[in-house]
Amino acid sequence: MNNEIIPKQPTYYEEVQRKGYSRRDFVKFVSLMTAFIGLEQSAIGKVAKALETKPRMPVIWLHFQECTCCSESFIRSSHPIVADILLDKISLDYSETLMAASGTQAEAALKNTMTKYKGQYILCVEGSVPLGADGVYCMIGGKTSLQILHEVAEGAAAIIAWGSCASNGCVQSAKPNPTQATPIHKIITNKPIIKVPGCPPIGEVMAGVIVHYLTFGVIPELDRLGRPKAFYNKRVHDTCYRRPFYDAGLFVESFDDENAKKGYCLYKMGCKGPTTYNACAVTKWNGGTSFPIQAGHPCIGCSEANFWDNGRLYERGSSFAGFGIEADADTLGKVALGVTLGAVAVHAVATNFGKSKTIHEHQAEGNESEHELES
Amino acid sequence: MSKRIVVDPITRIEGHLRIEADIENGKIKDAYSSGTMVRLLEEILQGRDPRDAWAFVGRVCGVCTSIHSLTSVRCVEDALDITIPPNAELVRNIMFCTQYIHDHVVHFYHLHAMDWVDVVNALKADPKKTSELAQSISHWPKSSPGYFSDIQTRIKKFVASGQLGIFSNGYWGHKAYKLPAEVNLIGLAHYLEALEWQKEIVKVHAIFGGKNPHPNYLVGGMACAINLDDVSMINAERLAYVGQLLQDGKDFVEQVYIPDLMAIASFYKDWGAIGGGLGNYLVYGDLPTNGYRDPSAYKFPGGAILNKDVSKIYDVDLRKDDEVQEFITHSWYEYAGGDDKGLHPWKGESKVKYSGPKPPFDHLETDKKYSYLKTPRWKGHAMEVGPLARVLVGYGRGRPEFKEVVDKALKDLNVPITALFSTLGRTAARGLESSLTAQWGLDFYNQLLANIKAGDTRMAEMSKFDPATWPKSAFGVAHTEAPRGALGHWINIQDEKIANYQLVVPTTWNASPRDSKGGMSAYEAALIDTPVADETQPLEILRTIHSFDPCMACSVHLYDEEGKTINRVSVLGD
Repeated sequence: MNNEIIPKQPTYYEEVQRKGYSRRDFVKFVSLMTAFIGLEQSAIGKVAKALETKPRMPVIWLHFQECTCCSESFIRSSHPIVADILLDKISLDYSETLMAASGTQAEAALKNTMTKYKGQYILCVEGSVPLGADGVYCMIGGKTSLQILHEVAEGAAAIIAWGSCASNGCVQSAKPNPTQATPIHKIITNKPIIKVPGCPPIGEVMAGVIVHYLTFGVIPELDRLGRPKAFYNKRVHDTCYRRPFYDAGLFVESFDDENAKKGYCLYKMGCKGPTTYNACAVTKWNGGTSFPIQAGHPCIGCSEANFWDNGRLYERGSSFAGFGIEADADTLGKVALGVTLGAVAVHAVATNFGKSKTIHEHQAEGNESEHELES
Repeated sequence: MSKRIVVDPITRIEGHLRIEADIENGKIKDAYSSGTMVRLLEEILQGRDPRDAWAFVGRVCGVCTSIHSLTSVRCVEDALDITIPPNAELVRNIMFCTQYIHDHVVHFYHLHAMDWVDVVNALKADPKKTSELAQSISHWPKSSPGYFSDIQTRIKKFVASGQLGIFSNGYWGHKAYKLPAEVNLIGLAHYLEALEWQKEIVKVHAIFGGKNPHPNYLVGGMACAINLDDVSMINAERLAYVGQLLQDGKDFVEQVYIPDLMAIASFYKDWGAIGGGLGNYLVYGDLPTNGYRDPSAYKFPGGAILNKDVSKIYDVDLRKDDEVQEFITHSWYEYAGGDDKGLHPWKGESKVKYSGPKPPFDHLETDKKYSYLKTPRWKGHAMEVGPLARVLVGYGRGRPEFKEVVDKALKDLNVPITALFSTLGRTAARGLESSLTAQWGLDFYNQLLANIKAGDTRMAEMSKFDPATWPKSAFGVAHTEAPRGALGHWINIQDEKIANYQLVVPTTWNASPRDSKGGMSAYEAALIDTPVADETQPLEILRTIHSFDPCMACSVHLYDEEGKTINRVSVLGD
């Protein structure tokens, strides 16, 4: 970014100082964001330096066919400085959810940023764009969302496609997709687009993506599908704390049964963890409070493209076409997504049940010890 | 001679809303409300597994998240005759109360406050006076002169930096802003505090439903199993966390939201006579204390009020063919039997058909069809739904809890009960029911603890979860009180699949276009006679529209593409 364009703007460091945070708080925040972005600790200095010297970045946030869950998730981001910086320290010049002005004044604010900061603003898009019936299924200010997207994308430095709607069409694009709801990358093809899928994405992940761009002026490294590697390079299944139960062949057979109360694996309940790339099991939700599997419900795979049509919620992976046994869950993700992430270990069922036996033996031993203590 | 003005986009709402209004002699003479986005989710639901419907319809809205999912699981449970365990009901109630507090606080500070609070004027406040004022209305600890001075310094520098971000082009300095600078500063400080606070209360959803927005629900109960002897289940630590969050939530509502609401309202009493609109109110009721099937024991009683007559409350039946009906006279849809009839949701049928002007356009054809919202009516009447309707029905039903908060608020503000039928009344009612639900959430939480202590740890009733156990054909209906008002879902299950799914949503009641007789719905009616001091800065329009807390994504949907008529089936038994 060219610093001369916006000469008088305070830097991030000045902003946080102004808010009364100490240098130490600032470094702590930088360390956290550095970890989020997935950098080595040695890069902390670099991040701090960048935040101290870069001026604020104008952001335009558009809403099309959506439910506003992404905006809601964004404001759930748990670190106070993150919320501060991202909500009112980037210059959020247009956001239909939060901005004071409506109507012509809102449109004027949009135009102002588009002309004054041409080629420099970040465009965030929440929602899909309906192409059916010449675009009349979504209109703002008398224009179609398609027209608005083309106009605003033209001067954007980069585009962030928030959530599954903008990344892959989400629920309105599920069969038969009556409005021809279309994700952003299929309409805008000449700009860097960061896809941040999920319904919604995790708030801290959204914050992490923005901070990465603000810090380095380049978009984070993306995977083959255009998602930031930092948050989407591991399957929920591989990072799940219930994974040992899967390996041991210990499964919930029905909600609220004895196995459910023991926190066994939800694979047989239809868990899409084995085919879902997301940070839920690591970053967790709502400030690290929990995530769907921890609260007893199978992952529904909401960050995967077309997840609404990838089998029913409570259907086991084995009933996906071409898969017969649990052990195949590991290859399932690879095949379904065409992703190769190096060699993924395939667990043999035999060893799983071997482990299961061992676990049962340990449990029996534990029970014996309890009886001994009681007596 | 009247002048037509257009406000589009209406910001600080959920979704896409356009208002066209005719101004004459400084007042609104005529108004048109149009929903301009549609996703056609009801068509997408057809042929799917009814047990999955909660996840689909949950995505109707991320602001009123969880509410559609709750209604959906109830709807399927109604169709399949499933009674959920008491703990699941309590957990759903706790999540409901959490949603209310969150939604209402976020609405007040982040979506509505800037209609009343002049952010730029707050820079002129004296921090010491602000502190004295804040301490005179509340015990909230963040109230020192230094605290307010810091907020002010920060915003001053923000404004001086030349990039106003979300405050750009606001109507700052408009003569309709009436608050002293000190009250503006308190409002601004609490805007920022509420932004921090709101992310905490929703952790209740994360604990029971795994995440927020869009927590997980389950047909038959909830998926969060209770096991006091397991680290990852609902155990003493998790429950203590919920208790703490609910208590903190209640503190914020009582010590920040309510005092601010009353302080701000006291300067805008003239809005107690503006924006009343219909005077008809509809409530389905919710928060079961004796199971969902016993409406008499709901914390929010159901009922209808006509012509502001709170002394007579009518009963409402969602199953009756001639009560809830939807019209499409001015909506971009088609009915097979003609566009002038109303249809009960179980007979709902229509096809989306845009017939408005080709974009880009300056004006809608308001004498023809002009919105993607259908027009619901109750026994032919246009009805307002939402917090004001709930508070009035609770009051009219003689419920002590409602009488207590309403009478106190009227006394504190020194206004008559008729002041409730207004923009101000609507905004106040939202606060009053927040204080009720904040307490009820804790009550339900204590009942949950008592149940577990007594040895009941059941959380889901799974005996009818397997589709093999279902009848060949089943119809269900369910309701809730979403934060924005009465919400109904209707389902028709055939051969284990969804044959038809319909939603009639609060904002559809409030924001819909005119009916077949030309009768206005709540938004349009409420705007009539609203004063507009400066037609280039329609702040007053925003005040009244925001007092309803619009949720447009919810309000727009589509029925059966083929125009199939679904006959009402008598097996339901009214």
